[in-house]
This record gives sequence, C-alpha cells and structure tokens, in this order.
Amino acid sequence: MNDQKPMIEVRNLDKFYGSFHALKGINLTVHQGEKMVVCGPSGSGKSTLIRCFNGLEFHNSGTLIVDGVEVHENAKEIRAIRQEVGMVFQQFNLFPHLTVLENLMIGPMKVRRLSRADADDTARKYLDRVHIPEQADKYPSQLSGGQQQRVAIARSLCMESRIMLFDEPTSALDPEMINEVLDVMVELVDTGMTMVVVTHEMGFARKVADTMVFMEMGEIVEISPPEQFFTNPSSERCRLFLNQILEH
Amino acid sequence: MDAAQHPSLKGAVLPRPSAMQRVFGSTLMSVLIYAAVMGLIVYGSYVGAQNMGYNWQWSRVPQFLYSFTDDGFQLGEMIIGLGLTLKLSATAFALATALGLLVALLRLSGLVIGSAVAIGFLEFVRNIPLLVLLYLFYYVLGPIFGLDRYTASVLTLAVFHSALISEILRAGINAVAIGQWEAAKSIGMSTGQTYRYIILPQSIRFMLPPMTGEVVHLVKSSAIVSVIAVAELTTIGRNIISDTFMSFEIWFTVALIYMAVTLILSVGVSFVERRYAVGQ
Repeated sequence: MNDQKPMIEVRNLDKFYGSFHALKGINLTVHQGEKMVVCGPSGSGKSTLIRCFNGLEFHNSGTLIVDGVEVHENAKEIRAIRQEVGMVFQQFNLFPHLTVLENLMIGPMKVRRLSRADADDTARKYLDRVHIPEQADKYPSQLSGGQQQRVAIARSLCMESRIMLFDEPTSALDPEMINEVLDVMVELVDTGMTMVVVTHEMGFARKVADTMVFMEMGEIVEISPPEQFFTNPSSERCRLFLNQILEH
Repeated sequence: MDAAQHPSLKGAVLPRPSAMQRVFGSTLMSVLIYAAVMGLIVYGSYVGAQNMGYNWQWSRVPQFLYSFTDDGFQLGEMIIGLGLTLKLSATAFALATALGLLVALLRLSGLVIGSAVAIGFLEFVRNIPLLVLLYLFYYVLGPIFGLDRYTASVLTLAVFHSALISEILRAGINAVAIGQWEAAKSIGMSTGQTYRYIILPQSIRFMLPPMTGEVVHLVKSSAIVSVIAVAELTTIGRNIISDTFMSFEIWFTVALIYMAVTLILSVGVSFVERRYAVGQ
C-alpha cells in the first residue's frame, strides 16, 4: 500500500483545548486508497484527529497536509480541501428542512455549481448506491436511523470527494440498523476510496482495514496491520482495550 | 429493581379531576370569566363618564371612519390615518429586520470589532427610551441630514426595533444545532451559503413567534410619532378630539382599530407557523 501517494500526512501534530492537551505529537500517513480504522477509548482524541483532517478543528502546532495542501486556520484553500474530504457524522446531521434528494443536491449545486439536472442525476445515482432510491422525496425525520445515516453517506459521496472520514457512523444507531450502514461502507471500500473510519465495530475493521490505529489520551499507541493488531498487538494498553470490547 | 413491588399504572383509569377543576377548566367558564372582566371594564368607564357628566355621542364616530357623499364611498380620516400607520410600520419593520440581521451577524461573526460594534449599538439603543430616540432623530439629526417628520419617524422605529429584532435573530440562529454548521462546512459551503441555505431557513421556525410579538409591538409603538405630528392614526385621533371633544369615543375607537390590526397579524402568523411546523 505504501507505494501509493500519501493523501493525508500528519507530522508532530498538537492540539489543545485551553490547557487540555487533546492531541499529543501525532504522526500518521494515510495513502491513496488506504482504509484506516481508528479506535480507542472515548476521550482519546480519535474524533478530534479526524475533524482536523477537514478543518472542523484546527491544530495548534505541527504540520497537516491533505491532498497536497497544508491545512491551517487561515488557509484560503480550506473550502477546496473540504470538497475533497467528505465526512459522515455520528449524529447524521442531515438538513431537516430539505428532502432526502435536496439534501444530496444542495452541495453539488451550490458548491460544485452543477446544474439542477446534473445534481439530480448524481443524487439519484448515489441514492441507488446506498439502496434507498425510493426515499428520495421524504424528509429526514421520516426515515429510520440507519436510512438517515445512509443518506448522510450518499450526501458525502455526491461531492465526489477523494477521501471519506467516518466519525463513529454506527454509534447512534439501534443495533438492528448497524449492519445496513456497515454493508454500504464495505461496498464503498471496493470502489477504492481512501477512508479513515473511527469506529468500535471490530468485525468491520477486521474485514476492511489496511491499517489499524489505537489511540489513548491523545496519543497514537499502536499503528499496525489488522492481522498483527488483533492477534499480537505490541502494546499492553491496546491488548487490554481489545479484550474489553471483544469479550462479548 | 423488582417490578412486582410497583403496581403497574398501564391501562389504569386516570383519576377523575376534582369538581373544582372541572368547573373552572371548562370552556364555558373561561368565556364567562372573560365576559365578566370585559363587562366590568366597559361598565366602569361608562359609570365614570356618567359621573363626569359625559355626553356620549357614538353616532358622530362613523363619519371619521367612512362616509357616503355625492362622490360615493369615501374613507374617513381615521382610516386614512390607519393607512399611514401601516405604511410607517411596514417600512420601519422591513428596515429594522435588515438592520437587525446585520447586527446579529456582526455579533455572531466572531470578529472582535464586529461584536464590539454590535454590542455597543445594542446597549445604546436598548437603554434609551423610544421617545428620546425620536427627539434625537427629529430635533438633532433631522436638521443635520434634512430628515422630514416621516423619515425621522421611520428611522427611529427601525433603529429601536432593530436592536430587539437582532436579539431574536441571534437566538434563532443559535437555536440551530451546531451539527448543521459542521455538515454544511464539510460539504465545502462558505459561511454565507451556510446561512442562506441551511441555517436561516431552519431558524425561521424559532423566530416566528417572537417576531410576531415584535411586529405587534412596533405597530403599537408607532403611536409615539404623534408627538412630532406625523399624521398617523393616533395624531388623527388627537386632532379629531380637539375639534369635537369626544375623547372617550375616539380613544376607544383608536384602541379598537389598533387591536383589530394586531389581532389580524397574530392570527395570520399562527397560520404561517402551522405551515412551517408541517414542513418539518
């Protein structure tokens, strides 16, 4: 995988919230087409890290290069970067005043300047991709959680981004809906998209991840391929965490 | 927890409200109480006027509302005055909303200068009486910028209410979940686009009820411009009284006209609100 061009490069990244040291000296590279799964206990900085990747949070020191552009607070290119980096949120964050189809069309129309007809085509294509074409004219509140999250994934796909970030996409879902979302994500893996996924779904991670990352207290404790990560992690803390979440 | 210890309330008949609650909670009782209070007020003023030896002349009132002459149906002075009140209020409200949005956005901009200017404006306008503001516009700024009575009135009302409206807008904007901002940003929208397509359409739902109150407030406070003799409803009423000495009849009529206008506004907006609620 390492012969591919790096899409996200993180060097000595530090992030503070007031005096709280949220990210401590993070070093990480995500290559094109790589699927990286980030896990760790809550409060370990996983979400903060991936929110830095599309400029929803800004780091305080170190370097972050996304798709060849350096990301920092005053970057003029920040909107261009966000168009290349899609994000799926834990709470879906669909636009409740727009129908499903309008949710998918508004980005392409207003940001990418596509015509209404082209945006409509794109939206329907990706709604098909997430298997809910029949919900196009409903409002988000009329859908189940799993359907809403699939719409959110389609909304990001409509921007035809090169990188997709997932911030605990299944954590707010009822158990019986988790699989429909994970299935869509697995299908996305097959398209060769670069993906960074924060999740506790270890079955999914084992199936799709190229690289596993374990974070704790704002630090990366372990980066390893899944075979090694799940069978023989090098750090004791990672072993303990895995034991805890794999017990059931 | 041992569920068996707590008898299940599911399916149980709700306790019957007490006789007192049933009587005072009924619609009929509410209407009766309302009628009694209103009757008391009307009777009170009638008796008061009687004791003053007041000579009621209701029959002379309609000519100020409308009349039939040889030229046909004519609007009376008071209705023409009402027209100006509405025009004044509508213009002032449009200006106040535009200015209020500007102040709210400045305050939310996160720029130090922006929020300082917004807060300064807000505190200045909120903490001086409307009447003083009117004098300021008419007697101080008027001669400098050549403002006539009407313009000075519109500006006074617009500035005064823009401060209140900006707070309503700010609250409405803040009421939209932060996740909406993040989602809009994550698909590459600019701040302006996010406001226009995502945030403002959602905040209308939160803004409508207090904004209705603000419009009603504005229509009523427009009466204050009668002190600089802008020929709106209150001024006309005062002029008629000085001609006819029918203080009670005219002021009651003026009050009823204001009430009719503001009630129509409130009812109209509640229909719009219902539509927005369905839209969600």
